[in-house]
Amino acid sequence: MKINGKSKFKSLLRFTTAGSVDDGKSTLIGRLLYDSKSIFEDQMEHIVQSGKRLGREELDLSLLTDGLRAEREQGITIDVAYRYFATPERKFIIADTPGHIQYTRNMVTGASTADLAVILIDARKGVLEQTLRHSYIASLLDIRHIIFCINKMDMVDWSEAIYSGIKTELEQLVIKLGISDVHYIPISAKYGDNVVDRSLNLDWYTGKTFLRLIETIDILKDKNSQTPRFPVQTIIRPHTSEFHDYRGYAGRVAGGVFRPGDEVTILPSMIKSKITSIDVLGKTLSEAIAGESVAISLADQIDISRGDMLVSNDDFPVISQDIELMICWFNERPMRTGGKYLIRINSKEAYGVIKSVKFRMNIDTLEEDLINTSVCINDIACISIRTAKPIFFDCYKKNNVTGSMIFIDEGTNETMAAGMIL
Amino acid sequence: MDTLLRINDEHLKELEDEAVYVIREVAAQFENKVILFSGGKDSIVLVYLARKAFWPAKIPFSLLHIDTGHNFEETLSFRDNLAREFGTELIVKYVQDSINEGKVSEEKGINASRNKAQTVTLLDAIDELKLDVAIGGGRRDEEKARAKERFFSHRNEFGQWDPKNQRPELWNLFNGRKHMGEHFRVFPISNWTELDVWQYIQNENITLPDLYFTHRRKIFSRNGTYLAWAPFMQLKPDEKVFEADVRCRTIGDITCTGVTLSKAQSLPEIISEIAATRVTERGGRYDDKRSEAAMEDRKKEGYF
Repeated sequence: MKINGKSKFKSLLRFTTAGSVDDGKSTLIGRLLYDSKSIFEDQMEHIVQSGKRLGREELDLSLLTDGLRAEREQGITIDVAYRYFATPERKFIIADTPGHIQYTRNMVTGASTADLAVILIDARKGVLEQTLRHSYIASLLDIRHIIFCINKMDMVDWSEAIYSGIKTELEQLVIKLGISDVHYIPISAKYGDNVVDRSLNLDWYTGKTFLRLIETIDILKDKNSQTPRFPVQTIIRPHTSEFHDYRGYAGRVAGGVFRPGDEVTILPSMIKSKITSIDVLGKTLSEAIAGESVAISLADQIDISRGDMLVSNDDFPVISQDIELMICWFNERPMRTGGKYLIRINSKEAYGVIKSVKFRMNIDTLEEDLINTSVCINDIACISIRTAKPIFFDCYKKNNVTGSMIFIDEGTNETMAAGMIL
Repeated sequence: MDTLLRINDEHLKELEDEAVYVIREVAAQFENKVILFSGGKDSIVLVYLARKAFWPAKIPFSLLHIDTGHNFEETLSFRDNLAREFGTELIVKYVQDSINEGKVSEEKGINASRNKAQTVTLLDAIDELKLDVAIGGGRRDEEKARAKERFFSHRNEFGQWDPKNQRPELWNLFNGRKHMGEHFRVFPISNWTELDVWQYIQNENITLPDLYFTHRRKIFSRNGTYLAWAPFMQLKPDEKVFEADVRCRTIGDITCTGVTLSKAQSLPEIISEIAATRVTERGGRYDDKRSEAAMEDRKKEGYF
């Protein structure tokens, strides 16, 4: 599926890291940046100075990623931090998220834009409840590639047997979760073994180092490639003599491919029209694919506004007021069944009422809890809602853009929850 | 690190698509909107991205410049020309006015800077102009507190940022809802690095102030940073002014913007210089060196 000579693989890789405070997650990222020479001298100076101030004896690379004062003082990661580095092969965006159970929501946030999840496991402790939790969240958010880093191999005498035991256990888990592309690497983030440079201590491991793996892992651009969807963000009307009749529908293609000449249907009006041109800054494009921000012009003068969607005539999204979805609750105030929230899906907003809770997910055992169905902060649950007007959507696994939504509290304006449509 | 030059720039397209999307969300979700314009490369790139987002219509935002009075002169004429060329309204607010009105007092001493005072002028401008959003060129790779910043960053009625209680931001769903008196700062190029910005400037033929290219200038050295000399700057006894070939990596208030010794005359030369450099661009920013959490503290107060 090579599109117009563009490579079919992504040159920008977004990944999220999950692991508990003690798993060495920040150390891994610090090590990655340090060994790939992406830490600059002034940042290094900072780490050394902070480390001294905090009384750390060895160079503490986690101080690089923990950006807030409270994080450095307490030695914990509170919020998602984004890190950037590049190698000749690829550019990387890391969403570094805290791993504690009370930060499930941060992990969900980091995972929502990730192509790949890196999950750390302490070789001394093996597969824990939190490993289940991290893996489950990755699969819930439809991340299709996972790397399990079995860390702290230095503390288990570089034992291949221990590594193999953990790997076998993980293989069972990923089958259960249905994750397709999974990789395993034994590492020592602290000493840099198998992070950027190959480890001599782990000579029994013949696979790629961590950096080599993320540089070469094939991440197809095929997510959301099937269903042509174009949510209208805003209307461009120049009102100038040169472009007197120009009317462009601005938006980012949420799925599939659009080309001039394509017949499209506008939702919710169901009116049909034809694409006359696709423009970006005076350049007319021969096509626009998922992810591209463009302006589309149509053959007919139609009343279209923000929140409407252009779709192909033969592949409609679901149009309904009743939606079943998985949610992750973000706010201190628990979800109210029967409560009304403002829902944002793409560029569309609608009121929605929580009708019922089907089950609450026990993310430590991966069992569905049908009895205790109160949904509080960091909980993941399956619920059904009814919206005040029909909305159009796809299931999340089919299209991550048209299948995701957030819930907003109208009183406080806070984002209360994230939802993935089933 | 010169191998970085070979990195393909396909990822720039994805970053551009993301930034244009964010800028259009601002247009759709807010009423009174400005782009915070400093004259620096990041805000110039923002203006170009905004043009791309709304072409062939004009940019639906004004440009707001908070003028410390301690500028590199070249940036002011560049600013005026850019606003004229793009047909956007330019609003300038002066830190000197805030000082004259007694809202903020001038820092004293050798390291005196109006960098912090800018926040007062900025918040007053936001209040006076009834802005509900200000778009900024901040990037997460600049500084560790910025790495925690959202695309849509909420500010309370005092203009303050609460880093520990930020709204979660998932997928491409931005929640810009707010109460009266509150506002948002939006950072469309959050995910860009310094190198991305330069590569984009080259690809898009974006014109920059000459300060970014090598030029002869009077400078002096302070705590390992070269600062441009200006008549109103106080020197310590051991500091000597001398001439050198330099260029700016960032452009801000002259009192705290470091310059780098460089002979780079063209964009390719600058890009190879940056790819090979071992100090971050904010490493030359004197304002960040004041304390470990200098940026975090200023951002909490309402800084850019």
